[in-house]
Amino acid sequence: MKISLDNALGIHPDALSLRSERTNLLARNIAQADTPGYKARDLDFEAILADKVGRQVPSVRIAGTDPRHVTEQSTGQGGYDIQYRIPLMPSLDGNTVDMQMEQAKFAENNTRLLASLRFVDGRFNSLRTAIRGE
Amino acid sequence: MSLLNVFDVAGSGMSAQSIRLNTTASNLANAESVAPPGQPTYRSRHPVFAAELESAAGGLLPLSSDTAGKEGSNVQVLGIVESDKPFNIRYEPDHPYADESGYVAYPNVNAVEEMANMISASRSFQVNVEMMSTARTLAERLLQMGR
Repeated sequence: MKISLDNALGIHPDALSLRSERTNLLARNIAQADTPGYKARDLDFEAILADKVGRQVPSVRIAGTDPRHVTEQSTGQGGYDIQYRIPLMPSLDGNTVDMQMEQAKFAENNTRLLASLRFVDGRFNSLRTAIRGE
Repeated sequence: MSLLNVFDVAGSGMSAQSIRLNTTASNLANAESVAPPGQPTYRSRHPVFAAELESAAGGLLPLSSDTAGKEGSNVQVLGIVESDKPFNIRYEPDHPYADESGYVAYPNVNAVEEMANMISASRSFQVNVEMMSTARTLAERLLQMGR
């Protein structure tokens, strides 16, 4: 019997790395809150994670009928899309960062990151218990 | 690790905001600085912020397939511009720097605007500090994983 570390940890390492990526993105948005013309960006966490673990999300796929067409496969390296936020109240200088919203999302994302961290930690502890056999 | 990028981003934000605070301080301090006739009077100064290009920053987001959005991560100060607003002209015939009709050109510093600017800059600075400490806590927890 062998223990696969990937199977043991499940979805959580992926979630963790995605969460930290999103922390970074939201941090950018907050730091650029006073930059004229900056467009706030975010990623669709659920869709990307679902994609990563292999479940297909029902969405519109681009059909490539010619090898020169840009399809999702050709963007390569398992990349995902970072989207621009739709501003609730655009400002005159073209900046779309809503400070309160970004801060709320930052806090929420960090809490969820800690949750993922705790899940991974729990899995590690279970593994350790299994190895020791106490 | 992308969490550590938060430090770069927040750091650049802090430095940009401190430049903004600096110009505000300079403006407020020089609000009453009069220059002798024939010499340029002080004009209020403001920094111009921009987002650093992602490619220039070494591709901070290696996982992203988004190359269309060129706005990068770090806050960059493009430069400092001087305001074109007209000077505050006051009638002070006794002033040593008054022109022949008795008018003195005071700098075009708007104290109210500057105060608002100062508060905004210091709040943004605080947010960046907060962000940094949050990122530090998270990174610490990440390092303790599996202990």
